[in-house]
Amino acid sequence: MTILLLLAPVGLPLAAALVYAAAGWRPHTTAWMGVVTTALLSADAIGLAVTVTRHGPVDTAGGLIRADALSAWMLLGVAAVALLACWASPAYLAAEHPHARRARWYGILLHLFIAAMAVAVLAGNLGILWVAVEATTIVTAFLVGHHRSRTALEAAWKYVVICSAAIAIAFLGLVLLYYAAQHAGLTGNDALDWATLAGHAHQLDPAVTRIAVGLAVLGFGAKAGLVPLHAWLPDAHSQAPAPVSALMSGVLLPVALYAVLRVKAVADPALGAGYLRTLLLILALTTLALAAVQLIGQRDFKRMLAYSSMEHMGLIALAAAVGTRPAIAALLLHMAGHGLAKTVAFLSAGHILYRHNSSRITDVRALATRTPLLAGLFGLAIVALLGFPPAALFASELGIARAGVGAGLAWATAAAFAFVATAFAAITAHSGRMLLGPPPMTEPGAAPPAAFTPATAMPLIAGLLGVAVLGITLGPVAGLLQAAASTVGAP
Amino acid sequence: MTDISYPLYLDLAAGLFLLTAVGVLWRHQLSAMIRLFALQGAALAAIVAILGIHQHSLELVLVALGLGVLRAGVLPYLARRALGDSPAEARETRPVVNVAASLLAAAALSLLAYAATRPLVALAPSPATGILPAAVAVVLIGFFTLVARRRALSQVVGFLLLDNGITATAFLAAAGVPLIVELGVSFDLLLVVLVLQVLTTRLRTAFGSSDLDELRELHD
Repeated sequence: MTILLLLAPVGLPLAAALVYAAAGWRPHTTAWMGVVTTALLSADAIGLAVTVTRHGPVDTAGGLIRADALSAWMLLGVAAVALLACWASPAYLAAEHPHARRARWYGILLHLFIAAMAVAVLAGNLGILWVAVEATTIVTAFLVGHHRSRTALEAAWKYVVICSAAIAIAFLGLVLLYYAAQHAGLTGNDALDWATLAGHAHQLDPAVTRIAVGLAVLGFGAKAGLVPLHAWLPDAHSQAPAPVSALMSGVLLPVALYAVLRVKAVADPALGAGYLRTLLLILALTTLALAAVQLIGQRDFKRMLAYSSMEHMGLIALAAAVGTRPAIAALLLHMAGHGLAKTVAFLSAGHILYRHNSSRITDVRALATRTPLLAGLFGLAIVALLGFPPAALFASELGIARAGVGAGLAWATAAAFAFVATAFAAITAHSGRMLLGPPPMTEPGAAPPAAFTPATAMPLIAGLLGVAVLGITLGPVAGLLQAAASTVGAP
Repeated sequence: MTDISYPLYLDLAAGLFLLTAVGVLWRHQLSAMIRLFALQGAALAAIVAILGIHQHSLELVLVALGLGVLRAGVLPYLARRALGDSPAEARETRPVVNVAASLLAAAALSLLAYAATRPLVALAPSPATGILPAAVAVVLIGFFTLVARRRALSQVVGFLLLDNGITATAFLAAAGVPLIVELGVSFDLLLVVLVLQVLTTRLRTAFGSSDLDELRELHD
């Protein structure tokens, strides 16, 4: 039973990809296949979460596949956002009328992408985790370039080159970690197994481990949108189809940070908490500063959402730098809340883009009077991302700030939240301009696009409800969150 | 191979490995860059084969064969196909950093590699770890090629140099990562190059050239 729970998260999306490869994307039949498999994936993630909470970590395939509370929490996030993205995909593709061939590839690659993320969070071995993260770059490359426009191809090129090079740097880090582990008496797969490594961390050679951990964190950090190799993020997230942007921003960035957390669990006992804390603080504050500056002058609403993702990843990196149990709990809650809210934001932005045929902020006016339902969903998603209650991000940002001050990092926390406040003001001003104001005098002459129906809005409403519920009560997942926080958090 | 000549062969292969990386920075002609990269793949396979023979490990020798096929055969072939058949495109005409400065940078990066790898060599001094600086220097030169060249294909070659350097580091330091990881890495690398090849073709149809100077549409 446990083996099934551990293997299904990879098997289900692979099965869906096979169906799309064999039968293509048919609007009324196979288009909904992804919803079925991701709903089953969510059920599987819940089952795994229950098992892990009751019985502790489980593994199979000789420890290559393993789930502890942290993996189960990440898998829940992947499943929830994947479900929303697959639910919204039929409407997105129907609006876009792509060639049958391109729609088929969309189905195949989207589900391979989900499978790769499931492998990443369930891998018991840092090497397999690395292969899975690199695989996400490969499968999403053509999803980013899906529109085949010059801008989409340019974004895809930058994405593949920068992310592959960055992740290669992370691999160099893992190679050196393996070297250090071999000289600490570990052999074969054990020497990259995160649980074994964390157990033997104090035997690792500190000088080699310091180089190894630095490279691994920089490499995986780039994939999570942290400076200095972040330049791909705004391009890729703004050019990809909306459901893909949602997955990339909502779960792929957290999955890359999950890799950083696994490395941190090895690094802290080997090197003391100070080394990674300093490195992560530098990355977090520069990322936050850069995102805030770019948000002020932003003219494109999809890029605005992309820089907002960088801002949230900066906050998460700050929480990782703090590293105490309350900080990690707040970090994990922030990942979940941001994932759901950003999914709704990107999905509604996709509909706005389709209606206006432009992603410039100045081209969108008075959404609230023209398409109230769409405007309301976009507005609520932005409000949730800004951290208003009852969204989960309110609780998590408060948690990160308290944990930061509590751990003696008051200055860094204050600086970080100053950047967050700047971003807050910029996003409020830009979205206000899009939602409010008088309607434009000259309506676009083209035929009005299909109405934004409540059926299309369902996945977006579900996402917003999820953010609100997580913010009000953790309910049954509270135990899982605490267990996950204690796997990597310092007491 | 006697124990006395083992370090000699290893040093020779490592020297060729580093020299080809510098050669890539020196040449303008894209087809010459690809030839140098293929030669480097052969040098990498030779390093792994020498290690395998020295350690009497059949597995390492077989891995060396596989690496040779992939890095000296398949990847250069794919890169040459991405070059297309238009000779006008086949030159790096306006690199971000010119050749003289690039070669100086390569020298500086090699020194940096020596400084950075001191703790690595100190952990387990041996003829194999002794040439780790050369492998790390290739990683740095690959990264430099990636940022200092404008042609799409030169960037691909830069990325591949980076990857050769990392693979060499893995084998020199730890006789390779576990086989399942090595397989995954090689497969990923092959796919990345395939993806980049398809993207260069599409870029050429969309932009008329694969000069990345044309890629200026996305900015803030």
